[in-house]
Amino acid sequence: MSTIFLYNFSGLALFAIGLHGLIRSSHLLRKILAANLMSSGIFLIMIVGAYGPDQALIDPVPHAMVLTGILVSISTTAVALVLVCLVQETTNRALLLQKRKREQRGRTDA
Amino acid sequence: MNWGGLLLVMILLSSLVPGLIIFALPEKSNRPRTFLNLGGAFLKLLLILVMIIGIYQGRQFAVRWQLLPGLELALNSDPLAALFSTLSTVLWLLTTIYAVGYLEQSPNRRQFFGYFSICVTVTVGIALAGNLITFFLFYELLTLTTYPLVTHRGTREALAAGRVYLAYTLSGGAVLLVAVAWLQVLAGPVAFGGPPAAAAVPATHELQLIVIFFLFIAGLGVKAALVPLHGWLPRAMVAPAPVSALLHAVAVVKAGVFGIIRIVHDVYGVPFAAGLNLLLPLAILASLSIIYGSLCALREDDLKKRLAYSTVSQLSYIILGVSVAGPLAAMGGLVHLVHQGLMKITLFFCAGNLAETLGVHRISEMRGIARRMPLTMAAFSVGALGMIGFPPMAGFVSKWYLGMGALEADKMWVVAILAVSTVLNAAYFLPILIQAWFKPQESTWSEQGTTARLETHWMLLVPPLVTAFLVVAVGLLANAQISPLAWVKLIIGLEYGP
Amino acid sequence: MPDTPFWAVCLVVVPLFFAIICFVRSSLVTFLGPLAAWLNALAGLGMTLSFVHSGPLRYAIGGWQAPLGINFSIDGLSVLLVAMTAVTGLSVSMYAKGYFSLRIGSAGEINRHGHQRAYFWPVWLLLWAALNGLFLSADLFNIYVTLEIIGLAAVVLTALSGKPAARLAAMRYLLVSLLGSCCYLFGVALLYRSYGILDMTALSRLVSPAPLLWVSLALLTTGLLLKTALFPLHFWLPPAHANALAPVSAILSGLVVKASFYLILRLWGEVFAQVLPFAAYVLLGVLGCGAVLWGAVQALLQKRLKMLIAYSTVAQLGYLFIALPLIRLDPGPSAREAVILLIMAHACAKSAMFMAAGSIFLKAGHDRIDDLDGIKEVLPVSSFAFVLAGVSLMGFPPSGGFLGKWLLLGVSLASGQWWWGIMLVIGSLLAAGYVYRIACHLLVFKASFSSRRGSIPPVMEWPAVLLAVLAMILGLLAGYPLGLLEAGCPVPIHACLEVMP
Repeated sequence: MSTIFLYNFSGLALFAIGLHGLIRSSHLLRKILAANLMSSGIFLIMIVGAYGPDQALIDPVPHAMVLTGILVSISTTAVALVLVCLVQETTNRALLLQKRKREQRGRTDA
Repeated sequence: MNWGGLLLVMILLSSLVPGLIIFALPEKSNRPRTFLNLGGAFLKLLLILVMIIGIYQGRQFAVRWQLLPGLELALNSDPLAALFSTLSTVLWLLTTIYAVGYLEQSPNRRQFFGYFSICVTVTVGIALAGNLITFFLFYELLTLTTYPLVTHRGTREALAAGRVYLAYTLSGGAVLLVAVAWLQVLAGPVAFGGPPAAAAVPATHELQLIVIFFLFIAGLGVKAALVPLHGWLPRAMVAPAPVSALLHAVAVVKAGVFGIIRIVHDVYGVPFAAGLNLLLPLAILASLSIIYGSLCALREDDLKKRLAYSTVSQLSYIILGVSVAGPLAAMGGLVHLVHQGLMKITLFFCAGNLAETLGVHRISEMRGIARRMPLTMAAFSVGALGMIGFPPMAGFVSKWYLGMGALEADKMWVVAILAVSTVLNAAYFLPILIQAWFKPQESTWSEQGTTARLETHWMLLVPPLVTAFLVVAVGLLANAQISPLAWVKLIIGLEYGP
Repeated sequence: MPDTPFWAVCLVVVPLFFAIICFVRSSLVTFLGPLAAWLNALAGLGMTLSFVHSGPLRYAIGGWQAPLGINFSIDGLSVLLVAMTAVTGLSVSMYAKGYFSLRIGSAGEINRHGHQRAYFWPVWLLLWAALNGLFLSADLFNIYVTLEIIGLAAVVLTALSGKPAARLAAMRYLLVSLLGSCCYLFGVALLYRSYGILDMTALSRLVSPAPLLWVSLALLTTGLLLKTALFPLHFWLPPAHANALAPVSAILSGLVVKASFYLILRLWGEVFAQVLPFAAYVLLGVLGCGAVLWGAVQALLQKRLKMLIAYSTVAQLGYLFIALPLIRLDPGPSAREAVILLIMAHACAKSAMFMAAGSIFLKAGHDRIDDLDGIKEVLPVSSFAFVLAGVSLMGFPPSGGFLGKWLLLGVSLASGQWWWGIMLVIGSLLAAGYVYRIACHLLVFKASFSSRRGSIPPVMEWPAVLLAVLAMILGLLAGYPLGLLEAGCPVPIHACLEVMP
């Protein structure tokens, strides 16, 4: 039982770390990595759910879902990376809030 | 759909279709446009006549279109609807003739006449609406279709006026929507012409009914220009003269007043409304408007603005008549719906003639103008004397019945209001007449295109003369079989019983 | 005549197939794209007709039953939304055809515009397939997949414009969409662990109040709210919708946000309606009020036409959320019908507005509101379409928006919670304010405008008019779509219950 708890807990932790990273980090690559971390956490929790009450019977559905989820996650990451390149290409930096805007914001804060 | 229903739909289509075709026609094609306008107007008049004859023979015309269960659009031809739709149609015909002459050289006529036709469709729709939701639909559409007419000139001033107009009317529409929806929640679908819907609501909801009534008055009062909701009306005077004429005599303000009549007579019912003590506040509000409008009119030098304030005052006669809660006063109020329309449209036609032919906008410029334009000023004088209530003009008949009704209902203060208002009417109309007829000419006028034999273009001259004639005729022949008064007696007979 | 399952499968397979072909043979897009749009619309029509004929249905694709197979659940709501997507999608496709030809034909950067066209069609068709799949799916996990496809396709479409602002907006959109999907997936995972089933109809019978259910619902809803851009999570929407190409904006505002709202409606209005506390609905309703006010005020302040329309979307989405507590309060179907009318009216009107704004943009070369005076002189049809769509957004009778507002007002007054209704009325007055602002510039002010650019082809002007007129008369015809809704109550199922662990 404690193994399952450990898996659940680490899944949750991964999700939380990912969420924090997605919101707080400024570089786009970090954000994308964080999002991947989040989905990994969820996959972990899903897979653990496949263990039924009696450990002999393993539910196949979560596996199917996680496989699909991984595919989705890969394609999302691919699109995201291309977009990062595009943003980098047009603005010369891979940040969401561009520098000028930040300065403005800093000025209004001050 | 039965034949009777088809007739009602045809009445609407007879101006809607020309309107839409006019939009599709190029700007330059004046003749087809005029033909469409006048053709539509005559056709509509013909169809209305058929309807009236049908009603005399005791037939009922109705058509329904269900949107959802409990929500249907309905057109219905009760006598009140016939009264208002006839008024709109007759005056539309005259105003169309007038507008063709008035706008002969001006740009954007396609747009003007297109919206003009649709506006009349909507007004007749208001008249024929068979239930509250249909009435609301057309009432809101009226806002939308009159806006381009008000701002037709496109000047900064016109746009500002248009903004004020929209702000007032859209807010009024929103309040009205709440009232309509609320009443429907309490009373179910509200149809006109049957037993009053509000009276059937359980007595436990009395307070809500009172609130709803005042929401109705607030929503409709905007268009009816009840003080203090009248702010848009004088500003909307920047519109071209035919628009002002139509707005003031038929379309917008009358839609509001007509709505109030419907609410009092058909939705609440006079006895029920009186039982809830709703009519006295309404009467007081109307009296305030009468006095306040007249006082404001006294101060104005601009002719059209003075007429506008006079409208504020005169409209409230109708509301006053309805809210005195007696058959005679109601008769006076309802017949004033027609009479005020005829008189006011005459005055606006004449004011437009002065502005268009001589460039005269202010009363101080009008000294001796009757010598230059005798026919126009004769028509103007008939209208003005009628407004004051001079026998045998139309206004006299309305005021007579209003006064009799007030006496009958034992409300002396209403008689006092009428007397004060008559004095004030005289105070702001008689000086104009004196200036025009008896003072020597002082200022020079900028004559525009006066090579014609007549004092102005015949299309500008005929409509006011016709309406002035009608003002005298409906007064003189008030007791005839086919006068507005006779028709109103029929309506009141239905409402109050024989 | 083919039956409902045939059309349902067509609705997903046809756009998917054409998307792939368009992607592989980009030289054929000019022909294949519009063809696919027509076929899709045909499938939508066929679906609607056969639904009218045979009623609601469940269908397991390829005979594979849930939980491993993909199940379609076809009821009135799905069919209506599929039909809405078909009508709007077809109009936008026709517009897009003209839009890209015009841009390629006129200006210098043929490469860039050609590139845009080559990618627009496959991605848009993919998006269409995913939308149809989402509306038809019975199962929360399949819906996750379609949501993800919708999100990705929408992001790609947003970035297609190539402007720096659009790319940044797309990036932000993508991150929000990712976050939303993660939350949603987490919610789905927790639901599956609690109940061992993801079929919506089955779930609605099984759920009972439990802490884990609250957590999963909170996650599901947060994810969907992010994607629906409910105030205060709307920050990504205006830049994304305003900076995209015109047909893309029309698709995003008209259809894409509706997809995630549709799910909220399913979850909150049907599946979990029995267990959710009323306070939760009130919370969403209050956020909706915030959206109505904030969106409208922002719209009033915008200087650019497309930004204004985008903020108006924020405001209009607020209406849909205000309706949620009313759905819960309403003993009858009125509130639900009203929401669906509002969704459909908004889809038509907003797409029309964005299309007209696109034509105006092309003609004028910019979309600064103050410099658009009198553009009706050169672009009468589009200006008319724009203003008509605006009038229907104001909820003017007889538009679909009016009827929706009327029904909601009735429900709110009848239930005693009149403040929701008053909020709707205030919202429509504010909408009148910003529509009036535009209408003044487009129609009333005198022309300060000299037409330099080429003429806009009719194929770009008339779809907007068509949709605007449709939005306007939807109120008169509401009986037909709402009749469909009555027919399609959620379907009983047996297959799912049998394989439950």
